[in-house]
Amino acid sequence: MATLVQAVRMALHYGEEHLGVTDIFGEDVGPPLGGVFTATQGLKTAWNSPLDERGIIGTAMGIAYAGGRPVAEIQFCDYGFNTIDILKVAGNQRWAGAGNFDMPIVVMTPSGSGIRGSLYHSHSFESWASRLPGWKIVMPATALDAYGLMLSAIVDPNPVMVLLPKALLRVRGEEKIPGEPEDDNELKEMIDAPVGDRSNWTPRWPELKAHFIKIGEARLARAGSTATVVSYGRPLPLCVQAADQLKQELGATFDVIDLRSIFPYDWKTISASVLKTGRVLIVNEDTEVTNFGEHLLRRVIDHHFYDLLVRPRVLLGKHIPGIGLNQVYEQNSVPQFAGIKEAMKAVATEEA
Amino acid sequence: MSSKTIVPASLAANGAAGVVLPQVGSGDEYLSAERCVELHRLMVRARVMEERTIKMSKSGEGYFWIGGPGEEAFNACLGLQVHKGQGPAFDYLNLHYRNSATLLALGMPMLDGIRQMAMRATDPHSRGRNFPGHYAKREWNVLPVSSVIEVRHTMAPGTALMQKRLGGDGVTVVTGGDAGTAEGDFASCLIWSTIPGREVPVLIVVANNCWGISTAACNVHSEKRIIDRGRAHGIPGEVVDGNDPVASWYAIERALTWCRTERKPYMLEAKVSRLYGHSSSSGALRVKGEVDCIEQFEKKLLALGILEPPQVAKVHEAAELEAEAALEQALTEPQPSPEDVEMFTYADSAVDAVYPGDYTGLPG
Ligand SMILES: Cc1ncc(C[n+]2csc(CCOP(=O)(O)OP(=O)(O)O)c2C)c(N)n1
Ligand SMILES: [Mg+2]
Repeated sequence: MATLVQAVRMALHYGEEHLGVTDIFGEDVGPPLGGVFTATQGLKTAWNSPLDERGIIGTAMGIAYAGGRPVAEIQFCDYGFNTIDILKVAGNQRWAGAGNFDMPIVVMTPSGSGIRGSLYHSHSFESWASRLPGWKIVMPATALDAYGLMLSAIVDPNPVMVLLPKALLRVRGEEKIPGEPEDDNELKEMIDAPVGDRSNWTPRWPELKAHFIKIGEARLARAGSTATVVSYGRPLPLCVQAADQLKQELGATFDVIDLRSIFPYDWKTISASVLKTGRVLIVNEDTEVTNFGEHLLRRVIDHHFYDLLVRPRVLLGKHIPGIGLNQVYEQNSVPQFAGIKEAMKAVATEEA
Repeated sequence: MSSKTIVPASLAANGAAGVVLPQVGSGDEYLSAERCVELHRLMVRARVMEERTIKMSKSGEGYFWIGGPGEEAFNACLGLQVHKGQGPAFDYLNLHYRNSATLLALGMPMLDGIRQMAMRATDPHSRGRNFPGHYAKREWNVLPVSSVIEVRHTMAPGTALMQKRLGGDGVTVVTGGDAGTAEGDFASCLIWSTIPGREVPVLIVVANNCWGISTAACNVHSEKRIIDRGRAHGIPGEVVDGNDPVASWYAIERALTWCRTERKPYMLEAKVSRLYGHSSSSGALRVKGEVDCIEQFEKKLLALGILEPPQVAKVHEAAELEAEAALEQALTEPQPSPEDVEMFTYADSAVDAVYPGDYTGLPG
């Protein structure tokens, strides 16, 4: 099966061939590197930009105004903070300009911790991004979702940010990308640039097929009836793993909702699940003060206060200035497996 | 001041009336009387519209005012020379908030400027949402003016890239003030428009009034000429007296011609006045001691006999009447309604499960 980052690359190729993508660009995005995470290797419209994040977002906007379909990469979301006001402008162009101009840009950027990235390769971005009205924000946790959401991001005529969980980029999916070859090694040989000199290398792309995942549709990663867990990104597979273990150990079953879209989020799915279980835990790794998960918690309380059996809760990253390199820091800053499992157990077993 | 005997064919044809009008000169450059009369009318209309909106800011018919009194000469010349149209075959305009004369020169009726000041639902630029002078018009490639200083400088190389690819002669114009050039986005524009092998046709206009709100440029900037910053990137440029429509006309013509033919950037630094201070926040009072481009131009036109005093008066009267009628009309038009608050957030999308159409409030 393709890894998440291979899926992104294949989606971008599909976008170039079938969806009108004109420019894939950013720092080290073009040859020879093809992106620091290899997301853009071998793509025919990929080019290297100056080291200027504000210029990257602005140029994408210019290309879009003039009829192009750009996909811009911010190398790490940790370096996207200086673009916040241009992101705001991208999100408000249509509204402020009375609908005179659409803004069909895609910005993709690796987000979250889990790669031992220390202070400036471990930030999460989704809570910041959720405060950019006019944007749509997605965050796939599997290869197939990355493929399907990237295709939707490309065709959506609004600005869409694709947050890619850094820790999951090299994780293989459990489902095939439509058109990917049977053998993982064959896929690797076809589309991964060789290590070392690659000046004469060209990719051999598989015959990929369309697979759109609608923005705003969650995925039920596990179905259950005891409690609801809402997550996305790096912690999502940990929630799934904990749900499987707790089923064995306690017989408790969980709806594990992979939100996939931060905005718009799939309120219908969350609401139906909370109504069913009366127990909800929201897990993400962004810092805990003014965290997007707190917004979801507010919706849960507004709509389901009287449906809840136990206190609804969140498990989030600590409100600290950064994530330290020594793993003692990281392990104690953002949700890890043991803490997630414990929190899930608590929400499932607390007496109503 | 000098005149030449070469008369454009259109005017020579008027010779039947027995009058051959001289051209208007500035240095070695001359502009036809016909063009000058056209420019003069545009400049006056822009000034009158701005003065009307200043009044509105004080009478409560509008709130904040910011605009372009003092930049009419340069901005009218710019508006008349850009290739107006929609899409990359035409010029893109990334304007700042002092470009009303450019929009009037493109053909905007005063009514649309007044509608924005009066915050009407009929305001075609922002539906009553944005400050005056914050235009947006798809049909003319006028990209939405943003209050955020200099951000449009990061976008200009993007539209210009598409124009260069298309292969026509479309140019992207980006305008800003002198103080704004301290933002990193100005440097971004220089760098991104001169990527080796990917140079793009951006005309970077700096309207230098020597002020950023209350801070004099000379107190915070060491460069003598802003255009010199282009030199490191091989961007040619010139400084022009933006109060002189003849000099401005030709500087803009040279700049646009360079961008259209070389497909590379060019920088123009126009020395302009700021005749009503920064904005209504600083009182929007008429300042003394700065050149008034309209007064100066009128003296020239009168001295050359191109216009007689009654004709000048008539131009002003007509503009006043136009502004009066525009205001009367705008005030009869509807305000935005509470239902409009979310309108135009999202374009229709076939791949969005929650908002296939416009935004409708939090996901339900
Ligand atoms: C990024 C940003 N910072 C500050 C402001 C507030 N502000 C509005 S106009 C202005 C001065 C701009 O001066 P200049 O660029 O010379 O243009 P001018 O107003 O003189 O035409 C400032 C500081 C702003 N709008 N945007
Ligand atoms: Mg200034």
